Amino acid sequence: MNAILFSAVWGIVMMFSGVFIKSKSTPKYLAIAGIVLLCIVNGAELYTGMPLYNYDTMNMLSTTGFNLTFLEVIFGCTLFYFLLNGSDIEKVGEHVGEYFALIFFVLCGVALSATYQTLLLLFIGIEIMSIPLYILTGSDKRNLKSNEASLKYFLMGAFSTGILLMGIAFIYGGNSNASFYINQLQIGVGPMPVMVTFGLVFLMIALSFKVSAAPFHFWAPDVYDGSPTVFSSFMMTIVKVAGFIAFIRLFQYSFGLVNVQWQKLIIVITIATFVIGNITAVFQQSVKRMMAYSSIAQAGFMLLAIFALNDKAKEGLILYAAAYSLATIGFFAILVRMNDKTIEGFNGLGKTQPVLALTATLFLLSLTGIPLTAGFQAKFYMLMAAVQNGSNFWIVIVAVLFAAVSAYYYFKVIQAIYFKQPQGVAIEAENVSSFYKVMLVITAVIIIILGAYPELLIGWVYHL
Amino acid sequence: MGITSYIILSLTLFTIGIIGVLVRRNAIIVFMCVELMLNAVNLLLVAFSKMHSASTAAKASLTFASDAQIFVFFIMIVAAAEVSVGLAIIVMMYRNTHSIDVNFLNRLKN
Repeated sequence: MNAILFSAVWGIVMMFSGVFIKSKSTPKYLAIAGIVLLCIVNGAELYTGMPLYNYDTMNMLSTTGFNLTFLEVIFGCTLFYFLLNGSDIEKVGEHVGEYFALIFFVLCGVALSATYQTLLLLFIGIEIMSIPLYILTGSDKRNLKSNEASLKYFLMGAFSTGILLMGIAFIYGGNSNASFYINQLQIGVGPMPVMVTFGLVFLMIALSFKVSAAPFHFWAPDVYDGSPTVFSSFMMTIVKVAGFIAFIRLFQYSFGLVNVQWQKLIIVITIATFVIGNITAVFQQSVKRMMAYSSIAQAGFMLLAIFALNDKAKEGLILYAAAYSLATIGFFAILVRMNDKTIEGFNGLGKTQPVLALTATLFLLSLTGIPLTAGFQAKFYMLMAAVQNGSNFWIVIVAVLFAAVSAYYYFKVIQAIYFKQPQGVAIEAENVSSFYKVMLVITAVIIIILGAYPELLIGWVYHL
Repeated sequence: MGITSYIILSLTLFTIGIIGVLVRRNAIIVFMCVELMLNAVNLLLVAFSKMHSASTAAKASLTFASDAQIFVFFIMIVAAAEVSVGLAIIVMMYRNTHSIDVNFLNRLKN
């Protein structure tokens, strides 16, 4: 509950900082202070189990250890995002304070969609998360690609909201309890009404839209490619994993009893996501577009959590959120400063910028899932959850095969970094400060620590 | 009128909205079709709310059947916020291209 309050208030503070503070770098420091504050208040609530202000929410919010740990991971990743990309956000345009304000409003939406207990707050949380993103996508106002990405994202987002609401209306009409609370829907007690079946399918389609799972992914590559690179890194990581926690909570609490009936649909979506994400990523020349497709492929692994729906799946989702977000944010922090954003742009980076090359390699290894990195542990937990589920064992084999395919396109970049001759200047020297290098190394070290000791993170799930 | 009539009307409006989003090329019309989808949901929610408050099972439960009518207000507010952002995006695109045709959206497809 702390997180919702403080992120909303700090968003307003950031908005006013854009008006009253003329210095261009002050909003960045204010934003870093805000996110540190968010980490602290949310961590305190996770540690003590008591919010600072105990207002009555009519049981519309639930703050379990799982939810708060997830939020802590989100805020921690955003802290690294600000530290690594803060000066790049300043370069996007004139309105620096507003960009940070919008990011804080997105975090408020994330906090709502991680703790919601009624379908009303699910809807509001997803909307608060999406609407600022439409603006951030179009923040490069003169760039036609950014305009196009923004309009496309907006139309697709509004369309999927319509489907989500139709699903909610049908769920409400179909359950005899006349309730929006996700734990009072009583679906699976007695025969399932036709309206509830319709609602379930609508909700599944809408949430697949939001997490860009195939076959509802078609907006994602264009939007991630067109929006300013700093913001596409935020959208691909924080917002996507937040969509997944909304997904898993809804399907566990509301539809957990009838999971045999919708598991087939999830299997189809998962396999389609693996196939389309990985195969298309192989053929991309632009690294940014390749990462967009690979983020669809990574969504396939997170969908395994919704397929499995057990305790291991929840632990795995938290670990995956941390591993995937940190590695992608770190890699994009390097990519955003590259002069040439194709794979050739990385040629010979190992000779010219050894620290950047080493950390970029580690981020890519973690995304592939090589042992001793957090990415490996995350994929391992996901596969273990799918095995423990007991049915449809073959989906694990498919997942492992496509993880091997993903090695091809990640390693293509590593090959360019170390085994090609440098062509021109890959990255301007004034763009590489020592603070930036230190932050990259710290991110890489955290990925290795999480890879060696995942219990450090997972233990908190059962703390409350 | 039974609940079935309302469901049919609402689904008809919803389908018109979906077809409009998929077929029309003018960004404003596409946008209006999205609004039509949301309004179809509003109608359905109010109808279900009346249906539930007439049944005895809902009266016995802890929650009130009027929840859905409050939900409708939230949908209206969010739709208004979406309109303000969406129109700003369309105006931004019009300034750069002097067109609001969504067929224009093909620059990113290599």
